[in-house]
Order: sequence, then structure tokens, then C-alpha cells
Amino acid sequence: MWRFISYRLLQAIPVILAVITVTFFLVRVAPGGPFASEKAVLPEVKRALEAQYNLDKPMFEQYMIYLGDLAQGDLGPSFKYPGRSVNELIAAGLPVTAELGLYALLVAVIIGGLAGVIAALKPNTAQDYVPMSAAMIGICLPSFLLGPLLVLVFGIHLDWLPVSGWGDIPGDKILPAITLGSTYAAYIARLSRAGMLEVMSQDYIRTARAKGLPEWQVVIKHGLRGGLIPVVAFLGPAFAGLLAGSFVVETIFQIPGLGRFYVQAAFNRDYTMILGTTVFLSTLIVLFNLLSDILAAWMNPRLRAQFGEK
Amino acid sequence: MTTEIITDIAEAEQGTSLWKDAWLRLRKNRLALVGLVVLVFMIVIAILTPWIAPYSYETQNLDLGASPPSAQHWLGTDIFGRDLLTQVMYGGRISLAVGFVATSVALVIGVTWGAVAGYVGGRTDAIMMRLVDIMYALPFMIFIVLLMVVFGRNMLLLFLAIGAVEWLTMARIMRSQVQTLRQQEFVEAAISLGLSPGTIIRRHLIPNALGPIIVYTTLTIPSVMLLEAFLSFLGLGVQPPKTSWGLLISYGAETMEEFPWLLIFPGLALSITLFCLNFLGDGLRDALDVRRSKD
Amino acid sequence: MPAALHCTLLATVLLVACGQGEPNVASGNREGVLHFGFGSEPQTLDPHVMSSDNDSKLARALYESLITLNPLTLAPEPGAAQRWEISPDARTYTFYLNPQARWSDGEPVTAEDWIWSFHRSLHPDMGNQTAYQLYPVVGAEAFAEGEVSDFGTVGIKALDGYTVQITLNNPTPNFMRVLTNIPNYPVQRKTIEHFGSFTDRYTDWTRPGNLVGNGPFVLQDWRMGRSVRMRKNPYYWDADNVALNGIVFHTVENRSSEERMFRVGQLHYTDSVVLAKIPWYRAQPDSPYQQAPMMGSYYYMFNTDRAPLDDVRVRRALAMSIDRQALIDNLLLGTALPSPALVPPGVAEGYSPPALLQYDPERARQLLAEAGYPGGRGWPQVELVYNTSEDHRKIAVALQQMWKKELAVRVTITNQEWQVYLNTLDEGDYQVARMGWIGGTGDPTDMLEIFTTGNLSNDTGFSDPRYDEILLEQAPAAIDPAERMALLREAETILMQQAPVLPLYAYTSKHLVQPSVSGMPANVLNIPNFKYVRLDPEIPVWQAED
Repeated sequence: MWRFISYRLLQAIPVILAVITVTFFLVRVAPGGPFASEKAVLPEVKRALEAQYNLDKPMFEQYMIYLGDLAQGDLGPSFKYPGRSVNELIAAGLPVTAELGLYALLVAVIIGGLAGVIAALKPNTAQDYVPMSAAMIGICLPSFLLGPLLVLVFGIHLDWLPVSGWGDIPGDKILPAITLGSTYAAYIARLSRAGMLEVMSQDYIRTARAKGLPEWQVVIKHGLRGGLIPVVAFLGPAFAGLLAGSFVVETIFQIPGLGRFYVQAAFNRDYTMILGTTVFLSTLIVLFNLLSDILAAWMNPRLRAQFGEK
Repeated sequence: MTTEIITDIAEAEQGTSLWKDAWLRLRKNRLALVGLVVLVFMIVIAILTPWIAPYSYETQNLDLGASPPSAQHWLGTDIFGRDLLTQVMYGGRISLAVGFVATSVALVIGVTWGAVAGYVGGRTDAIMMRLVDIMYALPFMIFIVLLMVVFGRNMLLLFLAIGAVEWLTMARIMRSQVQTLRQQEFVEAAISLGLSPGTIIRRHLIPNALGPIIVYTTLTIPSVMLLEAFLSFLGLGVQPPKTSWGLLISYGAETMEEFPWLLIFPGLALSITLFCLNFLGDGLRDALDVRRSKD
Repeated sequence: MPAALHCTLLATVLLVACGQGEPNVASGNREGVLHFGFGSEPQTLDPHVMSSDNDSKLARALYESLITLNPLTLAPEPGAAQRWEISPDARTYTFYLNPQARWSDGEPVTAEDWIWSFHRSLHPDMGNQTAYQLYPVVGAEAFAEGEVSDFGTVGIKALDGYTVQITLNNPTPNFMRVLTNIPNYPVQRKTIEHFGSFTDRYTDWTRPGNLVGNGPFVLQDWRMGRSVRMRKNPYYWDADNVALNGIVFHTVENRSSEERMFRVGQLHYTDSVVLAKIPWYRAQPDSPYQQAPMMGSYYYMFNTDRAPLDDVRVRRALAMSIDRQALIDNLLLGTALPSPALVPPGVAEGYSPPALLQYDPERARQLLAEAGYPGGRGWPQVELVYNTSEDHRKIAVALQQMWKKELAVRVTITNQEWQVYLNTLDEGDYQVARMGWIGGTGDPTDMLEIFTTGNLSNDTGFSDPRYDEILLEQAPAAIDPAERMALLREAETILMQQAPVLPLYAYTSKHLVQPSVSGMPANVLNIPNFKYVRLDPEIPVWQAED
């Protein structure tokens, strides 16, 4: 197992390096630039700006400078927010987004998992259709729609919950978590239902039932472990999607998170900020994919045996 | 045990009877059938729209503006005074096309990629899955902007771009399925019988992994439709006066307090389609379940 | 939504009980703190690095120029200078500094500070994107372009410790207004040099606790993505007349979110008014909605180097087939003013723009036929581009339809992401493109100077020797205002005859203001002067009636 983990961690290094390289050149080839505006920038001003950020040097030299700084953990200064370093912006945004993502995943796993498992126990009955249809609503209502709807109903008309903010007024974290989590709840419900159906028809479940175990023990002890494998495989990418996809929710609810900075950096062509967040997110994604692979392996005894042998 | 393996192989090879059985089982599932019928209806409407739409989709009546549903305009009109029913019909053409074509692209790439990686394993698997990781981590928006700028804006490219992004999760799911299946006796038996990897993947692995793939496909179509809306909204997708359900919804969301019908009707069209897709997906999954068919 | 969710939600709601807590507006009225809806996160607080109009609102609270503008009349008033003299040839301005003027650390603001600040603002290494505003000053352009390295050649001098003299190339009637813009704010040498060198763009000097300014307010706190908080500066020379104890600038990325924050009483002020909500706000009793004309226009550009737009008859035909009033009444809900010229009507004193490109479909069809496309026959592929936004989309879709209806010509439309769009314009790779421009001083030249030959923002290919002569030589030298305005009108007439632009409407500024706020009138430059703002604790938070 440890060999598997360290092997995968070693593999992650070229992945991240490739991401950095592709992104570095991609952003510089994309039309526009960090200092473009509708009031055209005078050539002398542009020269001075490019000199301050090393943009006047050959691209390969810029790349080497960037890698050198990165090796020392320095992601460089933000172009869009002079006076702020990318490290600082990430450090400010990450805890907020991670917290939001965690609550959202929690909402998603509890609601989606529950709906999926309940539905799978009695397929093609009302016990299946009702929770699954309810979970579907999350997919049918994109967050740019669900968010404002929730705000209008609970924030403005009922005046129960704050319309925006994060940690400013008690209760302001509820609506964002639900908005972000609901999309994923639907996905998880579908995947866990399919997984459970698959597993519940397997021979070892029949054996367990034949042994006379009560149905709930069969489901919890034997069913869940196998049935939730697709869900676990989905969680890694889901978390990554959550970090980048929290943009819409962060914007609607005025949450100072990483997702907002990341997407805005792309629009602003804030090269260092795009690169910094990409490096950071790709590291996280690789780690989370690894984590979900390990979890899936741990839940699947045969694969576990295989890793043990390696 | 041996006889079971043999029947498994035999069943997988008799492709026609498998699909026939599946169709028989699907027909018994009333909800799936309703889903199928409604979807077919939607597709037929979409194809016939240019001939049966009640109004022109671009002729405006600025003085009329946004008006609620009436006898002349069953679903009301938008801020330009254009008939909403016509807009929804034309929007459906684009949304359905994007949904199906882009998902097919994602499906083909993702399933092949995941199956090969999962089956071959070892170094090939490592390299293939690390490529997936790299694609995941790239700044998607910049990637799409570049694609659109370098290759120009057209619908085909939009399909490809969306497909190229959506296949990643498909590949991961397929791979984890194949890894599990590979351990099963019937695959080991097929290997020992000397069947080629291509045959094993095609005949044994893909059919047996169909359940989760179909489920994920029915999940991908809606997310593709929404992604199209997001891209169009950023100016990277469908160009006005052409429209799609996603675009109609995002416009409607801006004025949901003032002109709710502009949000409700496109939203209903999309939701009904998605619900049907899911009922059909569930039905197909149950119908294609190879193991259950033995009961 | 699943039932389980409902339960969780209700349980939490019961615990929270009260939605928004005490609204910011109520607590703000009591404590004298203004809650200002600011829009996007500010980039910087360094006035010589700042480039956005919105960010300059922060600078107006933190720093004070030599003079300041009365928010109601826009007349110059004493700022850091207590009085000034303008020479008869209108080229030399002498400012006598207020000896009471202090930095927020208590040090006096001297003439030397001003010279040092102007030097920094104009320095070629600084990369100051607004330094061009100082180019009317003798020698400023050469120095900023790096042709001359001696700041002594620039017409900004200290006559003694408390007197600053500025010499201009030409009499520039709007120079006093230019002076209140961001490149002219002072920064303290001691502070800048403590945190870095003279021309560094990014040091820690703008952080809370470090930043030293000379304005009525001082930086207290800056929370990324949340707010910029300021409190009253006790060392400000006119602190007795500053009513507010503090200002909280709430940074809100999403316009609809900001409007909703106003609606639930979290903001005193916002200029993010969602168009569709305006009729609703207008219908409210005691409506908080305010609207004022401003120096800015929304227009389309024609690329005069691309067929068929290289033919002036085609450009005029396209321009004259647009029913502006229908656009404004139906799509903009009457929130803009139709404008057949580039300079908005009634904004610049003594200037009336020419009305050449009026709606006249008959004449438009005739012009199109003369150009060789009778009834739209033989019309080639023409594409209109705009940068992605719901508001721009509305106009583009309506124009497309009007051209089809009046001229029977087909124009395709394409929207592009902002940066891609800027690149497209810059390279002249378009036929018809949308643009908007907002003037910084309220003078017609704000708008007209764009279309001079060689201006970097002139992406139309338009070039006219007489037009250049007026804008670059005759108008700057004119001392008599009436003569100057007549010259400018002649220039704009040339522009409208050639029609490289299709003016659609004049912008208005739109505001939502709580009834407890006074001293924040809407003006044509759309700039606040926070020194004048007052809050009345007796007036309750505005509430909508459904």
C-alpha cells in the first residue's frame, strides 16, 4: 500500500510540471493581456509595466524565472492587484472555499447518498421514483438559477436568512452550501443508486442473505462498501469541480473565496494568478484523485490484495 | 462455476438476443417508456420546428415587449416582443443537438480511454490516467477561449470542446469499472481462452460496465446542456439571434421577478427533457443488466 | 428539494430566527458610518498605480488634490490649496497651500511633497496609466515618455515652501477638473521610501496601518473580497466639516447581489441598479432611485477600411435607419437619452451637438441605393461584434432587426469575451463594433479627441485633416469659450458627416440612495465628495412596499 502511494506521488510531479508548462504558455498566447483596457495604454506606459513584471524578457527566460521562484514557494505578484502576492490571495481565499466546499459535499453526500441507497432497495417503486426525482431537481436547476431563487424566497420574501456574506451574519453559510451542494447531491444519488443496484445483485450479497443476516445489516455491512465505489471515484473530481465551480455561488453570495479569484484571473489575464491557482488546484486535484483511488482500493478487497502484493 | 462462465460468454456474444431481451424488459418499465416517448416527441418537434413554429424566431415587436401568456402567444413574449414558444422550440434544436452530439463525443473517447487504461494496467494505465489528471487541472476557460479564437467560432467546435472536457470523468468511471471486472472469473477465463484484448474489451468489459456508463451518460447530457449555456453566456457558444434552452434560462433568470414566464417555460422544457432522460437511463440500466437477466 | 433538506433548513432557520440581523443602514445611521456599495474589488489604493474610474472613488476619500469639486455645482473649492490664481493668458496656475493641511500622520503637506508626488506620477518607470491626463502641462509628455530625464523641465515648480506653480502648453479650460483626478493626488515620500523605492508598483505601503494620505478619511481595514473600511482623519484640515465618522466600501462582484443588499437595508448607496428593476423602484413611494445625465455615450463604430463600410453612404444609411427612441423606451425602459451625436446633449455648458444622423428610414434607403445596394440587393456579409453582456446583447439584437426591416440587409452578430474583444478592436479586425466612452472632465473634447488621427483608441480608421487641426491646434489655443465651442461643433459636424460612428444614446448615472443620506447628489461626472455626505439617524431604513 505504501509503495502504491509513494509511486503515485512520484507520478504526480511530472503531471504538475506539465500543467505548469502548458498553462504558462497557454495564457501568454491567449488574446488580450493583463494591462489591456478600453482606454488604450500608451506605448511608454506599456513598456514600463512590462519591465516591472519581467514581461519584456524572452518567454523561455520568463518561464525559467517562474520555475525558479516556484521552487522557493513564491508564486509571484498578482498583476491585477498590485501589492498583493498570489500566495497571499490563495491563502486568503482557500480556507473560505474549502469550508464552503466541505459543507456543500456534506449536503451532497448525505442527501444524495441517502436518496440513492433508499431508491436502490426497492427499484421501480414509489420508494425509488420519489427520492430520485427530488434529487434530479438539483441537476435541472443550475446554481445561477437556484442561488437567486433561494435568496429571493428565504432572504427577501421570508426574511429568514441573510442574502449574502460569509461569516458576517449568523446563518449566512446555509444558502450557499445548499446551492453548491444540490447539484452534486443529484449526481451522488444517481451514482449510489446504480452502484447499490449492481452490488445488491452480486453473489456475495445473496450468500450474506442466505446466512440469515437481517436486511439492514446486509445493506450496511456488505452493500454500502461495494455500492459506493462509483461515488468514491466521483468524489475526487467532484471536489476539484467544487473548488473551481464554486465561482458562481461565491459571486451570487458575495463570498471571498478562491473560485471567484480564479475565474476572474482568467478574465483579467492575470498571468501569475492564473498560474498560481492552477498549480495549486492541480496539486490538490492530483492528491484528491489519489485519495479517492486509495479509498476505492481499500473498499474493494480484490484490488487491495493486488496493491498489497506489489 | 465453469458452466456459468460459459453461459456468460455465450450471452455476451449473442449480441442480438441481449438487445432483444433488453427491449422486452424496457417495455415493461412504464416510466422509462414514457420517458422514451416524450424524448422522441421532443426530438421530432425539434426537427420539424422550421416548418411548424407559430412565428418567426427573429421578428421583433418592440412596442409589445415582454407580455405574459395569451391567446396569440401561448407562452408569452420576450423583451423584444418575440413569441416565446417559437424561441423555446428553436432553443430545443440547439440544446438537444449539443447534448447528444457532445455527449457522444465524450462517450466514445471516455469509454475507450478508460477501458484501455483499466484493462492494460501498469505503465500504460499510469500514463493515460496522468494525462487525464493534466486535462482536469488545466484552466478550462482559457483553453476554450483559445480554441474559439484560433479555430473560429462554430457549432461543431462547440460540440468538440464540450465533448473534450466531459470525457474525463467518463474515463475515470470506466477505468474503475474495468479494474473491478478484470478481477472477475469470466474475464480471467476469456484471457485463458486466448481471446485478444480488443475482443475482451469489446465483448466482455464494455457490455458488463454498461450500467454505470449509461447512468453517467444520462448525467452528462444535462451537464453538457448547462455547460453550453454557460459558454454561450460568456460569449463562447451560440450567437444571437440563435438561442438555446440554457441561454433562455440564463436570460430569464435575470428578470425572474419581473417576467417570470421567461424563466418558467424554458426551465420546464429543459427539466422535462432531463427527467425523461433519467427515467430512460434507469430503465436502460435495469434492462441491460447482464447479471440480473439470469434471474 | 428533498424533504430531509427542508427539515435541516427549517431547524437551522429556527435557531437563527432573524434574517439579516440589524441592517447596516440602521447601525450606520446611528454611528455615522456610510455603507457604500462599491462593485468590484479595488485593484490598489496607490493613486499613481490606479487605473479604474471606480477605484478612484476610494482615492477621493483617502487623498485630496490641490483643489476639490463641489459635488452639486462641480465648481472648484479649496482643497490642499487654500487659494489660487490663474494668469490672464490662462496658462499659469499658482496654488497657495493651506498651512493647516496635514498628512494623516500629522506631518504638514508642503510644496516639496507636491513636486515629489507629481514627479512620481509622471515618472516613466512608474507605468502610471492615467499620467496622460497631465500632458497639458509644459514638458510633461516628454518626461513621461522618457525623452527627457530631468523633471526640472516639467512646468510644475515650488515657488516657496507653500506655493506650487503649474504652467500649461495651452489654455485648457477643463484643467481644474483634471486636477481633481487620480494622477494628481499626493503620496508621502517618507512612507513610500520606507516600504520600497520611488517607482515601485507593489509594496506594502498601501496596507492598513501603513497607508498615509491627506484626505478626509484614513484607511482602517481592507479585507479582500469583502470591504474597505475607512474612518475620519483627525488631522484633515477641514475635519470639523466632515460629518461622517467612517465609510465601509462593500466590494460586491455581482450587480444583482448588490441591488439585493440595498433592498434588505445593508447598503446606504449603490449604483448597481439592475435595469429590469428600475420600473419597480420608480413606482415605490419615496423612491430611492435617482438618475442623472452624464458625459458619456454608447455608440457603434464602423471600420472605414472594410467594405462595404468604406462607403460613407453605407455608414450613414445604417446610422439613419435606427429608431433610437424605440430602443430606449422599450429595451432601456427610458433610462437613457437618445443622442444623434457623440457628445451628449445638454451636458457641456455652451455646447449643442449637431443633429445629423437622425432617424430617417426613407433617406437611409435612398443612400443605400446610391451606394449600389438598392433594396438590400447585392449586400455582402457584414458582421457586428460586441463584448459579452446581457445589456449589449439587447441592443445588438434590436439593431440587427431594424436594419433588416428598414434596409432589407442582413447583419450577423457575434459576441466576444472582453479581452478577446479588445484585441479584435485593437487589430481593426471587425466591421461594426460596439463601444462606450465616459468623459472625465465634462468637456466635449473628452469624447471628440478619441477620433483624432493616431489616437490609440481610434479603431475606426477615420482620419480627417481639418478635424485634427481643430482638436489638436485651434481648440486648445482658443481662449474665448464661445469661439472654442463653435470650433468643436464644427469638428463634430465633420465627424457626423463622415459617420465612422453610430451614436445611439447618452449614458445616465443610476443610483439607489437611502433617504437618510444627504450631500451625495448625482452629477454629470458621477463622482462623490465624501466630505459633504451626511446621515440622518432620525430617518428609518427604506422599505419596499410590494
